[in-house]
Amino acid sequence: MTQKTIREALNDALRQEMRRDNNVIILGEDVAGGHGGTGVIDAYGGPLGVTKGLIGEFGANRVIDTPITESAIMGAAAGAAATGLRPIAELMFVDFMGVCFDQIFNQAAKFRYMFGGKTRTPMVIRTTIGAGMRTAAQHSQCLYHMFTSVPGLKCVMPSNAYDAKGLLIEAIRDDDPVIFFENKLLYDHACDVPDESYAIPFGEANVVREGRDITIVAFSRMVHIAEEAAKTLASEGISVEVIDPRTTSPLDEETILESVEKTGRLVVVDESAARCGMAADIAGLVAEKGFSSLKGPIIQITPPHTPVPFSPPLEDAYIPTVAAVVAGVHRLLKV
Amino acid sequence: MGSDKNELLDAYRRMKSIREFEERIHIENTTGEIPGFVHLYAGQEAIATAVCMHLRDSDYIGSTHRGHGHSIAKGCDINAMMAEIYGKKTGLCAGKGGSMHIADFEKGMLGANAIVGGNPPLVIGAALTAKVQGTDGVAVSFSGDGASNQGTTFESMNMAIVLQLPVVFIFENNGYGEGTGCDYAVGAESIARRAEGFGLPAVQVDGTDFFAVEAAAKEAINRARMGQGPSAIEAVAMRFYGHFEGDPQAYRSAEELTQLRETGDCLKIFRDRVEADKHVTKADLDQIDQEVMSLIDSAVNAAREADFPTKDDLLTDVYVSY
Ligand SMILES: Cc1ncc(C[n+]2csc(CCOP(=O)(O)OP(=O)(O)O)c2C)c(N)n1
Ligand SMILES: [Mg+2]
Repeated sequence: MTQKTIREALNDALRQEMRRDNNVIILGEDVAGGHGGTGVIDAYGGPLGVTKGLIGEFGANRVIDTPITESAIMGAAAGAAATGLRPIAELMFVDFMGVCFDQIFNQAAKFRYMFGGKTRTPMVIRTTIGAGMRTAAQHSQCLYHMFTSVPGLKCVMPSNAYDAKGLLIEAIRDDDPVIFFENKLLYDHACDVPDESYAIPFGEANVVREGRDITIVAFSRMVHIAEEAAKTLASEGISVEVIDPRTTSPLDEETILESVEKTGRLVVVDESAARCGMAADIAGLVAEKGFSSLKGPIIQITPPHTPVPFSPPLEDAYIPTVAAVVAGVHRLLKV
Repeated sequence: MGSDKNELLDAYRRMKSIREFEERIHIENTTGEIPGFVHLYAGQEAIATAVCMHLRDSDYIGSTHRGHGHSIAKGCDINAMMAEIYGKKTGLCAGKGGSMHIADFEKGMLGANAIVGGNPPLVIGAALTAKVQGTDGVAVSFSGDGASNQGTTFESMNMAIVLQLPVVFIFENNGYGEGTGCDYAVGAESIARRAEGFGLPAVQVDGTDFFAVEAAAKEAINRARMGQGPSAIEAVAMRFYGHFEGDPQAYRSAEELTQLRETGDCLKIFRDRVEADKHVTKADLDQIDQEVMSLIDSAVNAAREADFPTKDDLLTDVYVSY
């Protein structure tokens, strides 16, 4: 077991799966970098360094730099997946889904159903999410709620390096289109990660911290915000259970409902959206199926219903904070 | 253009302002006070300037993530731009947009754009407004070599020719889209030849030669203004800095990096030419250098001292009414 960052864990997963199966390919913008330049190939190794070194081992036939052309990248991945490859397409920032959503949600997601169960589309779209880097409205969104709402897509968002590796391997082996959301602020986050290959099944939430008084469900980087809040609250004698669903589609409803049955109280921390986001989705689930165990209202901690602002004080006010989560819990417990 | 002293000095002032603006941000960025990504335009100044010399405030341009140069050339206020880049309330967009979203509709600047290929469809929309309203307005889209490959760009060129819109597509070929070379990513013989395939009159020019860009831009903009349809210009000039500030640029060789300013400095090329032609004196140009320096100095100081927006500003301007 070695300490690895999420960046390293993802690189591990890609390398091991590409060694295992020659049909696994990577395509995207600057996944290597340097083609057609005067410098070196693999100059980037992915805009955030995740695919570094892979072109050296697997060659340009399997680690493919594309022009800036997301529609063609996503469509090519879907078409290749339906005809025998297992492509991993990179969408540099999830915000760019606007340029290529048709190929994802009308094409890849619906093939199997529309064609009466005759096709498999084993593709992964790796993409980055999250505010906090001062990159403004078109480079900071989460948007996983929009993909989660599309039948046919699976949505994965690891919060730590161990999960990142196991979930990416599972995603590559899965026969459906999977969108894999990597939070930009978490790439250097490290924990113990086995060197050998392992897969984590989808639809199994991780109970990050056990507690009695209150359940907090959080996604991606917000898991860490929830954990911090839980520590603060523990010092006040409030026992918090933190649940990281890890995948929003499929969603592990059972773990969430069981926890709420035990605690009777639910806070959801979600960076995706104030309206129609994951917080609303989880709140709806528990309101319907866990109503009888609730001792108070469900609290949703989300950004406001605005685009992501650029200026640091505005962006800081936009992103859910530890203080906001603690305050939400206080409100719920009336302390 | 070519001999009118005032025009030459105006062009030089715009180019020099862009250069100093970018050189200064390159330095100030290391202090950590500038939030987020900045993409510098240094090296390409002649292109934005030569094009915008032929535009009016009522004409529109659409820009890119590398938008400081286009904004300055189109007349955006330098103090307000700098404040925006620092995320201040006094910024051109009240601190909400930053470097990648500078916009000023009063000046016909439809916005920098952080989506590659984001502006061409918007720009043909501005051209459509001019056509439907019967003004002689023109709209200009600035795109990089990388953006030239985006589907939105192809669609916009085709629609522009189909609807005969008063629009000019400027493709700034600086050799790279991020870390990928233009020769690798553009499958056609050139961006200009590909635009021709869409039915647009198109030329390729040396983007470090202000006068070459200026002549091509004049012709294309006049054509659009006279209702004779869209055109494209591919202007070749390398960027001096990395894709973004902090880019290690391993995709470029050491030789390439050292030669950039020796052989491709559009300001130096401009100065040499106009001084040799004796249309303006060295003293005229030196004086502009001085004035620009102090303008940028005070813009940086004012930006640093300005207030940030406050939390209340977070919720404003999502809608006109709600
Ligand atoms: C739709 C979209 N895809 C990818 C990116 C990431 N990106 C930002 S700038 C850039 C390179 C653009 O190259 P080019 O058009 O040549 O402009 P230059 O940077 O050279 O000025 C890329 C890939 C983006 N912002 N938007
Ligand atoms: Mg370029």
